[in-house]
Amino acid sequence: MAVFEPEAEGIVFDAEETGGDIVGRSPWALAGRRLVRNKLALAALALFVLIVAVSFAAPLYSNYVADTDPFASNISGTVTLNGKTEPVLQQGGGKLGLGETPIGPTWHSKYFLGADNQGRDVAARVLYGGRASLEIGIGSALLASAIALVFALVAGFFGGWTDAIISRVMDLIWAFPLYLLAISLATVLLTAPNGLKIGFIHLSAGSLWVPLLIIGLVYVPYIYRPIRGQVLSLREKEFVEAGIAQGASNFRLIFNEVLPNVASTVIVLMPLMIATTILTESALSYLSIGVQPPQASWGTIIEDGQSLLYTRPWVAIAPGIMIVLTVLALNVLGDGLRDALDPRSKVRVKG
Amino acid sequence: MLAFIVRRLLWMALVLFAISVLVFLIFFATPGVDPARQMAGRNPSAETIKSIKHEFGLDRSLPVRYGLMMKHMFITRDLISYGSHTRVIPEITSAAPVTLSLVFGAAIIWIVFSILFGVAAAVLRGTVFDPLLMILALIGISIPVFWLGEVVNLITQSRLHDSFLFSWVPPLGYTPLTQDPFMWFKQLIFPWLTLSVLYIGFYARVLRANLIETESEDYIRTARAKGLSERRVLFRHTLRTSMITFVSLFGLDFAVLVGGGALLTEVVFGLPGVGLLTFNSLTALDLPVIMTTVIYAAFFITLASALVDLVYAWLDPRVRLA
Amino acid sequence: MAEPLLEVRDLKVSFRTEDGIVRAVDGISFTLDEGEVLGIVGESGSGKSVTMMTVMRLITDPNVIYQGSIIYKGRDLMGLSRDAMREVRGEEIAMIFQDPMTSLNPVYTVGWQIEEQLNEHNDLKKGQARRRAMELLAQVGIPKPEQRIDDYPHQFSGGMRQRVMIALALSCNPDLLIADEPTTALDVTIQAQILELIKNLKREFGSAVVLITHDLGVVADVADRILVMYAGRIVEEGNKEQIFYDPQHPYTWGLLGSIARLDRPRARRLTAIAGQPPSLINRPQGCSFRTRCPQAFDRCRAEDPQLTAKVGDGHLDACHLSVEDKRERRDKTINPELAETA
Repeated sequence: MAVFEPEAEGIVFDAEETGGDIVGRSPWALAGRRLVRNKLALAALALFVLIVAVSFAAPLYSNYVADTDPFASNISGTVTLNGKTEPVLQQGGGKLGLGETPIGPTWHSKYFLGADNQGRDVAARVLYGGRASLEIGIGSALLASAIALVFALVAGFFGGWTDAIISRVMDLIWAFPLYLLAISLATVLLTAPNGLKIGFIHLSAGSLWVPLLIIGLVYVPYIYRPIRGQVLSLREKEFVEAGIAQGASNFRLIFNEVLPNVASTVIVLMPLMIATTILTESALSYLSIGVQPPQASWGTIIEDGQSLLYTRPWVAIAPGIMIVLTVLALNVLGDGLRDALDPRSKVRVKG
Repeated sequence: MLAFIVRRLLWMALVLFAISVLVFLIFFATPGVDPARQMAGRNPSAETIKSIKHEFGLDRSLPVRYGLMMKHMFITRDLISYGSHTRVIPEITSAAPVTLSLVFGAAIIWIVFSILFGVAAAVLRGTVFDPLLMILALIGISIPVFWLGEVVNLITQSRLHDSFLFSWVPPLGYTPLTQDPFMWFKQLIFPWLTLSVLYIGFYARVLRANLIETESEDYIRTARAKGLSERRVLFRHTLRTSMITFVSLFGLDFAVLVGGGALLTEVVFGLPGVGLLTFNSLTALDLPVIMTTVIYAAFFITLASALVDLVYAWLDPRVRLA
Repeated sequence: MAEPLLEVRDLKVSFRTEDGIVRAVDGISFTLDEGEVLGIVGESGSGKSVTMMTVMRLITDPNVIYQGSIIYKGRDLMGLSRDAMREVRGEEIAMIFQDPMTSLNPVYTVGWQIEEQLNEHNDLKKGQARRRAMELLAQVGIPKPEQRIDDYPHQFSGGMRQRVMIALALSCNPDLLIADEPTTALDVTIQAQILELIKNLKREFGSAVVLITHDLGVVADVADRILVMYAGRIVEEGNKEQIFYDPQHPYTWGLLGSIARLDRPRARRLTAIAGQPPSLINRPQGCSFRTRCPQAFDRCRAEDPQLTAKVGDGHLDACHLSVEDKRERRDKTINPELAETA
């Protein structure tokens, strides 16, 4: 499981430096210019957008291209290729000539990547799985950032006891090994027969919200730490002190002065964060404690494909390639964003 | 230094306590969840549920329940898996050597290669090798380890197994070191490599960033002004201070892996370590085993993180003598 | 006259950046005799540190471009191999830096750091280096050196750390000691002590010293000769008396005005130079200082003034005004008292 360590990789922003003026240009404009110049990061952004677009077009693909329901098993179905009709599940394709083997990649619109052992179209499932993986990855990253931001603003701004208590609690959660926390939460939530009821919120065990919430919650301290540090340093800055001196309310100061300034940190952390949450989701799903059937995600498809690994490797390979591409794109983009906003790279090589 | 150690140990005790409470709350006090049913595994009999209710005092107050859980876990150590009807704790201790073998080997590989790549990238800054190495590292941290394991298996066990390259690769599994060291090595080499890929990428990037940051420190300029050779500046000054972060990260990651973080690798390669044990109990929803591995792993990791801080203090006199 | 210890000839140092080429040092020449103390004065960004860092060849930025030559004891340092340059660094030319808080490696004891340098340049037996390090610490005025030698930098105060830095610099009896703003980061009382120490050690070790500072007050007491730098160039050069009692360049007047003078009426104790130094990427045409110079006239806009000896006697300046004009305007506008003292 990927370890997300913003501090270790030096993504901690000093408010003073990011706020500094560089030869008359605003830091944001300069960052934008650098990002545009960074072709690799732009390519990564394009790739990510493409993957998102394709994944969200999954229903279109299964309705109009593959013409199949990727969630219904199709054990006795047939497919017509080049005029020949073949069964989707073929008898005796295994090493010993026993059992059933799903059809391999046809490289045609139907069963482009072959079928899994329920006879379902793998290509369509990979797209649907991508949608779920991306929803959970992006959703949990946003959730973690939002919670962390609220706590960090409160802790960093009020300081004193508020800060001490919140930060200690975060440290405690941080000390709890991340995947163990996720496993504990997941097992308990998934074994609850009637789902989870908290007040008016009702979650059934098969809902995508369960892995989203779990992953979102466990990553809160990882974002909380760098943001709190930045809020603390912002609080000492002249413009905030000036606001206090003018009698501005805490609430107003947080929203008008501090929040816009921590935005850059959150933005830079976001792609790296989504990369991490997507990897976490796939791991949990692979361990069967993430996304639950009948829903599919890249992780669950890899798990489905494990038993077919030596006969129909594409079932497991294809979703893995999607994960690698997505996470790589996000990591490259995150790196590019960080470089663009990094005050330490004021002087850089030309050409 | 003594004050530092005492402070650190007190914090450790607090963390241990908090973790046990958190685990307790997750397993025994999640709203809408009946812990007895959950503990009992799939399709439990009425007696089993009744005996669990009694043993864990599920009809009594929360603090009593917490006490009973801790008693079963650490004093009597008689938790029973309701799936396999075996005692949980001996199962864990017998699985531990497998996990240790896996993690030790991978750690050696990842230390060597990440230092090599990190230093090379930092030294070769300005050439094409630096971005090239960093892209490789980025790819390394973008690959899900379980998927990489499957690809490795596909190649070494199936597709190229009959070629001269991988015909020596034994079937998946584990042979104890004491029984056949050579077999032990052959069965572990691919798991080691697979597990270390992510960490090589991550550590190489961290080390490179640290080296470059340290490079701009005033004391590195002083070292050059002293007339030291570039090699000495690199190894005795830049690398030495950069290793502080490296070592502390390493301690924690190592602990997390030994504590069960190598779960995915163990599952893919069929290595019967603590991780595979956890996984099997996950698929069987065998809560006593999950709970115990979680608590034991968490304790181990907390202990290790305290150790790491002590090592950190030893490496960095600013912390030690503060 | 004997050959100078150090001669810098038409040195140019630029950096390629995103926004263009920054001309940090733009053609400067000067000499330094053995045992002489040279003060280099200027604002931050005037190129004074870059000049001396270049002499040490300590600039590691890959985007740097050099031109010109640096002759030290008859050898051009710019043409030396890396290994030959290492022999010079630390052994023949040593350097003290501005911030003693960050100039020592935090993870080694001060003794280790001094011994490292001794061992690099000398063939010493075990224990010898340590004894020498202890002597050096005693020489720079660190009490109980036998105990403090095993302390880490963070256990010393700022002033004490700067003493350690000086001990480090003097450990191989260098012929040239470069002190880059050695007192800027320190308290005023400590500043005086450190300056006194450099003065005494200079006498004891017989090294030549280049003292870089933005504060004319610092060099007043120590320097034999003074260079005033502005925007990468030397605008005035002369001995101590010439610079303090007959300053020729309006920028030097400004620097003199910005020394707090308690012997003056309150309103004129401290005067600042208005405006900002020019961009080193697009240098304005004509004199670099004209944008801030109250005396600027048409010629300053059109023509770049050269460093010439107008007053004579080794006193050089780069200003278009005639000597008489300058004396008159200076005395009238900046420091009326100077007329009396000169």
